[in-house]
Amino acid sequence: MFLINCPYCGEREQVEFSCGGEAHIERPKNPSDLTDDQWADYLFMRKNIKGVQFERWNHINGCRRWFNVARNTATDEILKVYNIGESAPSISGNNPTTPSGEPVIGSGNLSSSFEKK
Amino acid sequence: MSKKISFTFDGKKYFGKENHSLAEALLDNGIFLLGRSFKYHRPRGLISAGSEEANAIVQLETGNITQPNVRATEITLYEGLKAKSQNHWPTLNLDIGSINDFLSRFFPAGFYYKTFMWPPKFWEKYEYFIRRAAGLGESPTEDDPDKYEHFHYHCDVLIVGGGISGLYAAELAAKANLKVLVLEQYPKLGGEINNQGKVSANKFRESDQNIIYQNIFSKLEKFDNVKIVTSTTVFAYMHNNYLLASQKTNNTKIREIIWKIRTKKVVLATGSIERPLTFHNNDRPGIMLSHSARKYANKGIDLGKNIIVFTNNDYAYEAAIDFKLINNENKVTVIDIRNNSKGDLIKEAKSIGIKILFNHIVTNTRGRKRINSIFVHKIDNETNKIIDNYGKISCDILCVSGGWSPTVHLFTQSRGKLIFRESDATFIPNESFQNEISVGACNGTYALEEILEEIDNKMSNLLSSFKIDIKNNNHPSLNKIKKIFYDKMKHLWIIPSNINFKKTKMFVDFQNDVTAKDIQLALKEGYRSIEHVKRYTTTGMATDQGKTSNINALGIISKLTDTPIHKLGTTTFRLPYTPVTFGALAGRHVKEFFDVERTTPMHQWHLDNNAKFEDVGQWKRAWYYPINNENMHQAVNREVKATRKGIGILDASTLGKIDIKGRDANEFLNRVYTNSWSKLGIGKCRYGLMLGDDGMVIDDGVTSRLGENHYVMTTTTGNAASVMSKLEDWLQTEWPELKVFLTSVTEQFATISINGPFATNLMQKLCVNFDFSYENFPHMSFKNIEIGGVNCRVMRISFTGEKCYEINIPSSYAQSLWSKCFEIGKDFNITPYGTEAMHVLRAEKGFVIVGQETDGSVTPVDLDMSWIVSKKKYDFIGKRALYRSDTVREDRKQLVGILTKDPNIVLEEGAQLVEEVSKPPMKMIGHITSSYHSPNLGRSIALALVKEGLKKKGKTIYAPMPTKTIEVEICDPVFIDPLNERLSA
Ligand SMILES: [Zn+2]
Repeated sequence: MFLINCPYCGEREQVEFSCGGEAHIERPKNPSDLTDDQWADYLFMRKNIKGVQFERWNHINGCRRWFNVARNTATDEILKVYNIGESAPSISGNNPTTPSGEPVIGSGNLSSSFEKK
Repeated sequence: MSKKISFTFDGKKYFGKENHSLAEALLDNGIFLLGRSFKYHRPRGLISAGSEEANAIVQLETGNITQPNVRATEITLYEGLKAKSQNHWPTLNLDIGSINDFLSRFFPAGFYYKTFMWPPKFWEKYEYFIRRAAGLGESPTEDDPDKYEHFHYHCDVLIVGGGISGLYAAELAAKANLKVLVLEQYPKLGGEINNQGKVSANKFRESDQNIIYQNIFSKLEKFDNVKIVTSTTVFAYMHNNYLLASQKTNNTKIREIIWKIRTKKVVLATGSIERPLTFHNNDRPGIMLSHSARKYANKGIDLGKNIIVFTNNDYAYEAAIDFKLINNENKVTVIDIRNNSKGDLIKEAKSIGIKILFNHIVTNTRGRKRINSIFVHKIDNETNKIIDNYGKISCDILCVSGGWSPTVHLFTQSRGKLIFRESDATFIPNESFQNEISVGACNGTYALEEILEEIDNKMSNLLSSFKIDIKNNNHPSLNKIKKIFYDKMKHLWIIPSNINFKKTKMFVDFQNDVTAKDIQLALKEGYRSIEHVKRYTTTGMATDQGKTSNINALGIISKLTDTPIHKLGTTTFRLPYTPVTFGALAGRHVKEFFDVERTTPMHQWHLDNNAKFEDVGQWKRAWYYPINNENMHQAVNREVKATRKGIGILDASTLGKIDIKGRDANEFLNRVYTNSWSKLGIGKCRYGLMLGDDGMVIDDGVTSRLGENHYVMTTTTGNAASVMSKLEDWLQTEWPELKVFLTSVTEQFATISINGPFATNLMQKLCVNFDFSYENFPHMSFKNIEIGGVNCRVMRISFTGEKCYEINIPSSYAQSLWSKCFEIGKDFNITPYGTEAMHVLRAEKGFVIVGQETDGSVTPVDLDMSWIVSKKKYDFIGKRALYRSDTVREDRKQLVGILTKDPNIVLEEGAQLVEEVSKPPMKMIGHITSSYHSPNLGRSIALALVKEGLKKKGKTIYAPMPTKTIEVEICDPVFIDPLNERLSA
């Protein structure tokens, strides 16, 4: 259970929050001009990144405010918390390749090969 | 002389000593056979003296406090303890299942997978036997009378392990004035120290250890910023230094405590676990890990006089030397795989008369209920091939040692990275992921002088992050510690056998009965990844999680595939480290504390009036109110009839109520509901359907306009919270420009729904001066009315099709108004009705219930409610999706009514509907969503979603059930008053 630094309340336990999925997906302003595929893209298509992903979180059992989080989904490290409406921060880091790759460190799964000493 | 404690094992009474574990007490009574193995039901005894125990797992106590799969090594003896061996039938000594041992060729690797692949009819036959034979202990069948507690704890430094390493680290942290918590899994602090006795060959070293330990311990006692808790196992290491531990208490009021610890730093000092060796018949009672046997012997337990130590390393000589020194009469023989060792301990062993056979191996053992002899062969040091038969040696116990495995479980749970150290074939911590250090044996550091130095260095680093600078170079009497030289070990992952490998039983995982041969078979069948081999053979998957087997399994795969171990990697160590009881995990969250229970202000009245309750989300809702001996059917019929003839009164307080205020409230409603809200006058109500942006119905309810910029929305009971959250989401993240404020007022107002032809009469009696004429207060309108001096919001809306007033009254006044209604409603046969009658009443009118008629795949068009979908609005949530190629299909499932040809048959909800009856599988065209007996119609009615149902009204279709096929007709879903005449009559 990780800690999330709510921009309004400070650091709190993960159980107080709920994740709202991928961030920066704006609801189209002109839905009727879009093709079925474009609408389906807005509705359903998500990147589901293994690595650094920008997500929406809500302090649902706290101040109930929404905010954005840059989280490494492979290690659950929270790299940045920022406000709704702000653009995604640039965060460097090598995203591991899926499905077989694991991050160098911090994965819940041990990788299949080790260095030796 | 310690106190005698009586206990029973398998029904027989024994006596044990104070501070002995159950394992020690059993051995002390000469009991070596403690259980049967999982698959082959082979006789098994203790393999270890600690939490890594794979064999000696017992059923503790009986009845409502019984606990299965308890490691005998972890239970401290107490007066009256009752334990039972597991996994045998009918008795431990005579076990029918052990026939499996002789049939073992039928239980190969992947046995369960292969079984499941057999034709299903075979499975039915095998299931009984597999279930009979499988499984370890038994779950209790009665409620646990004991209490369990959860503690939350915050500290600066958590130290896991109360051996020398942990306590020394604790001392350094304590000196720095930090808040320190030390958790030790065993009842006694000291770790490795406890394996040592008063006599030992390496006296010089041991006395050092003891002095240092006493020294540290006495100092620690003086710090009040250090808390030390024993009998507490840290079983989980989660994110941001959040660790869970379970404490076994001696307190009769609270059996176990779960510690939930959030700490700034963690020091892992969890020690190491000795490895068994993999040879033929290596699983008999009396075959133990060398240091476990050493611990037992040093506790004064008689393991026999004829002791064999089978080793590949120097450390096992510590045990051998102790056995000899405990009693010089003991005959101690060491069988060493290596061709030689220059270690200090070997010299010492020789000097006290221990016989050593280098270049020798144990190839077989004898003794069914306890080992009595071994077979020994000589190997060639280069080829490791058997070159000579040494012969048979009789023995009382066989101690084995394959070296040490650092206990890195918590380290890997913390997601740290291991590195493979080839010299002793171990995985040791390399790179930390969290704020943590590993010290001592769990870091692969075994020599005392090295451990103390390591702790000095690592702790000064760790403390520097607290801005504390202490010089740690004054560790206890380091200069006096005499270094002991340990020579190299030699790894033979599979001990060579003089018989065909296919016929060997070399156990790797003792608890799951996995042999080296099983691993070979898995590899032959094409499994390569260690994770796959693990699952296919089930090695490392028992309750001990392979504490003694993982590295040996890796070694065997490495040997058989000729791949270095570090290339194979290792499987993931999952939490919990040791099994945790459900009772402990549940803590106080049981029975009435399991979940929040919400009750309405009228709850006491419902209780007093014999209501039966139904759970709707967290709410307790009155389901029906039986009178005398009425059954549910009778009560519901009476309630439904009374509502259409006189007055029915419903507690509708659980409906979600959201107060909406702000400049843009109207625009907001236009965006979240399908219909238009622009022209809704103040004092008017409107029904709304809420969709997801996928066009599917997610909620419905009536919203009333209370003022220019003030509305109150009602939601379904179950969706109140999620609708509120979703609306907040839109406002905060998508439409921050809208000035709208949402407030949940569900619990601030209670709702009394008064229905029926005499509803107005009752209202008039309640508020004598108010004009209840239809002209003044028509259907779908709202009034603020003072009732008994309390300002109420009254909506004239209807979910029954009857004239209806929904009185929203501040909660604290609700019960008195509710009672008042009964007082003055007597003349109209006022009848309370519950949720079941409510369902029947609305179904008679064809009103849908979101979540019953809809399942997340139903659009308003499917519900034949196109009238509520605005064509004019530019946009609303869900609009675009209603024009997707899939949602405009004409052959979607649509809401219809269903009448059975036989009016007495009430269909099952969920029943499948078909157009043509044939042999299964039949082509399904829909299903029943609601079905009731309608007392007003004197027959059954149902609602259904049917493919192209709207076009098929009048058509006969079928509901095939297991015993009969029911003929039904598709009809209009409104069964009563289609013209809504009752609303204004
Ligand atoms: Zn917050």
